[in-house]
Amino acid sequence: MHVVVCVKQVPDTTQVRVDPVTNTLIREGIPTVVNPFDYYALECALSIKARFGATVTLISMGPPDAVKSLKKCLAYGADRAVLLTDRAFAGSDTWATSYALSAAVRRLSQDEPVDIVICGKQTIDGDTAQTGPGIARHLGWQQVTYSTGVEHVDPDARTITAERKLERGKEIVRTTLPVVVTVVEDAPEIRYASLPGIITSLRYTPETWSVQQVDVELANLGLKGSPTKVKRIFAPPQRSGGEVVSVEKAGLVDAVKSAVDVLHTQGVL
Amino acid sequence: MPEKFDVIVVGAGLSGLSAAYTMVNKGLNVIVIERGDYPGAKNVMGGVLYRQPTSEVFPEFWKEAPVERPVIEQDMWLLSDASAVKAGHRSEAWAREPYNAFTVLRGKFDAWLGQKVADAGALIVPGTTVVDLLRDGRGRVIGVRTNRPDGDLLANIVILADGAVSLLSEKIELHTRWKPNQLALAVKEILAPPGKSDERAKIIEERFGLAPGEGLTIEMYGALTKGMVGTAFLYTNKDTLSFGVGALLSDYAEFKQNPHALLQIAKQHPALAPLFAGCEVREYAAHLIPEGGYDAIPPLFADGVMVVGDAAQLCNGLHREGSNLAVTSGKLAGETAIEAHNKGDFFGKTLSAYAAKLNDTFVIKDLRKYRRASQHMEKNRQFFTSYPAMLNNMATEFFTVDSVPKREKQWKIFKMAGNKLKIAADLWGLFKVVK
Ligand SMILES: Cc1cc2nc3c(=O)[nH]c(=O)nc-3n(C[C@H](O)[C@H](O)[C@H](O)COP(=O)(O)OP(=O)(O)OC[C@H]3O[C@@H](n4cnc5c(N)ncnc54)[C@H](O)[C@@H]3O)c2cc1C
Repeated sequence: MHVVVCVKQVPDTTQVRVDPVTNTLIREGIPTVVNPFDYYALECALSIKARFGATVTLISMGPPDAVKSLKKCLAYGADRAVLLTDRAFAGSDTWATSYALSAAVRRLSQDEPVDIVICGKQTIDGDTAQTGPGIARHLGWQQVTYSTGVEHVDPDARTITAERKLERGKEIVRTTLPVVVTVVEDAPEIRYASLPGIITSLRYTPETWSVQQVDVELANLGLKGSPTKVKRIFAPPQRSGGEVVSVEKAGLVDAVKSAVDVLHTQGVL
Repeated sequence: MPEKFDVIVVGAGLSGLSAAYTMVNKGLNVIVIERGDYPGAKNVMGGVLYRQPTSEVFPEFWKEAPVERPVIEQDMWLLSDASAVKAGHRSEAWAREPYNAFTVLRGKFDAWLGQKVADAGALIVPGTTVVDLLRDGRGRVIGVRTNRPDGDLLANIVILADGAVSLLSEKIELHTRWKPNQLALAVKEILAPPGKSDERAKIIEERFGLAPGEGLTIEMYGALTKGMVGTAFLYTNKDTLSFGVGALLSDYAEFKQNPHALLQIAKQHPALAPLFAGCEVREYAAHLIPEGGYDAIPPLFADGVMVVGDAAQLCNGLHREGSNLAVTSGKLAGETAIEAHNKGDFFGKTLSAYAAKLNDTFVIKDLRKYRRASQHMEKNRQFFTSYPAMLNNMATEFFTVDSVPKREKQWKIFKMAGNKLKIAADLWGLFKVVK
């Protein structure tokens, strides 16, 4: 069993602010972190490894600095880490990114056939939730999105059983391998990395692959390979505070009355 | 079987990193365990780093390291509730190589230093706490236990560089728990003037009368610590200010002072408020500082273990020095570990060379010199209360032009001093403590 986890290094968006004048993101001095959803993907993979036995490989596409995030993730118990890094990848949208990552998965399959690719539900910088499904489409594989975990893997029948989170309730699905799974934050949290795991990761140098190492059409990569065009970035207008009806001042009955009135006039009720 | 290293260093502060760097450069297999998410993550010192002692371990560090500003002026203020007597020294020579000191933010600085030490070959494990020391049947330290799964490690030597609280040296009974008057508690804010980084830098330079890139420090005594033995401090960073107040931990309890409130009130002192006008609080942090002095220094070594930096109470509060004592003690412990490694003998007798070497440096010499300083201040609070107030009254009288003939004025000022014999005795006492 070979499980690949996709990891993205993202700016810590809790610290990103929008310049009110130019409407661009102020990225100056913003630290980078592992996309938090990817930790759930990683835990999902490690739990498959612990229960059913698997090789876990991490892949990331990003600047050379992203080896930091790969090393950090390796500490939890992954076996191998690969960074796709090349100027040709820069500016890729979700279509081009999933194209490049699917090429990396094909390349990894040459060493050991990949059975499952696991992604976080979405990234905190793009929020599109398209990359995982994109990889599935590029590879022509099954996909299980918004999963809270993989319950069972049957290597002989070549199936997996996974739970999906729905708006109301959950769904348990079985599908055939190979498959792409995207994981939500209701899944189990990442385990505590062991000390030997951390020491291994400190000594480990992730492989870096350029476009040379993967089978891709250059025209499908980067800005020119990306069908999405960003027209404008802007901060949403500040919402004004709601109306406060004070029970202390008006008394309970009148307060409820006037609150109901407000809801009526605004057409909520 | 846990992995075995030549040396485990606990704590990636200045002392631990200095020890590690010294040792990896001589080929030892070193691992550093740090509780914070990265070296510096837990550090609060927004302070003054001294060039000479630091470059003994990290030559010419200021050329690459994230230092804030070279310190070209050092001021001391004595404050009453609403006024200040100021003294200081400024030298343009300090704006050039060889610099005397830099303001730094240790959070940034230690992160850089950690990377440097890692690049030299040490393994630096962040986000991991050493919870206990492993000992063999004869009590010799042989490794550490961390809070991680499979978290034990073995080593010939463990260097404890775990900072002011140092629960680990307490665990192996090198000292009993520090008393509240052996530690000071400092609270500090990073304050940012309005605007972008270069605008902020400009505001700072204008407010403090500095040329571009130059920095200054102000140590303050008197009203701000509300009668407690302590100081306030203000340092200029590149585009922010570090401002903090510190006092003996025991005094906060005795004087019923809340450290956060203390800091907020201090910022409003009329001598300070204009300097902070329009500033936004970027960070608030608190940290302990060893204040026990010479008599609190624990045994610096035992079989398989050495203690360095704040963990060994190596801090000179009177002179605002701790970083330099940390670097120097770390370096000497590192050198001793190298000798022990070459001899293949890690018992206390071999490691005692560290204490002997440290005795010959300014570290122990200074701390011995100021042996009684802290207790003396505790017993003579007038240095923090009535004297600063008195000096301010005198200065106000001296500088007020009110048609009073100078001879009369001088006599008035002389009388303000009250009991001269008491002052003479206090000054003599102070002289004896620092001589
Ligand atoms: C507000 C403030 C201002 C100061 N200003 C100055 C100044 O201007 N000039 C000056 O020279 N000195 C100053 N000092 C003192 C100076 O910061 C210290 O003396 C110096 O940092 C000591 O270095 P150290 O390596 O011994 O300890 P630290 O720098 O405190 O490093 C100890 C490290 O050990 C880690 N650690 C602790 N326990 C464990 C554990 N169990 N497992 C793993 N890791 C652990 C901590 O996270 C920390 O990173 C100041 C201190 C404070 C608090």
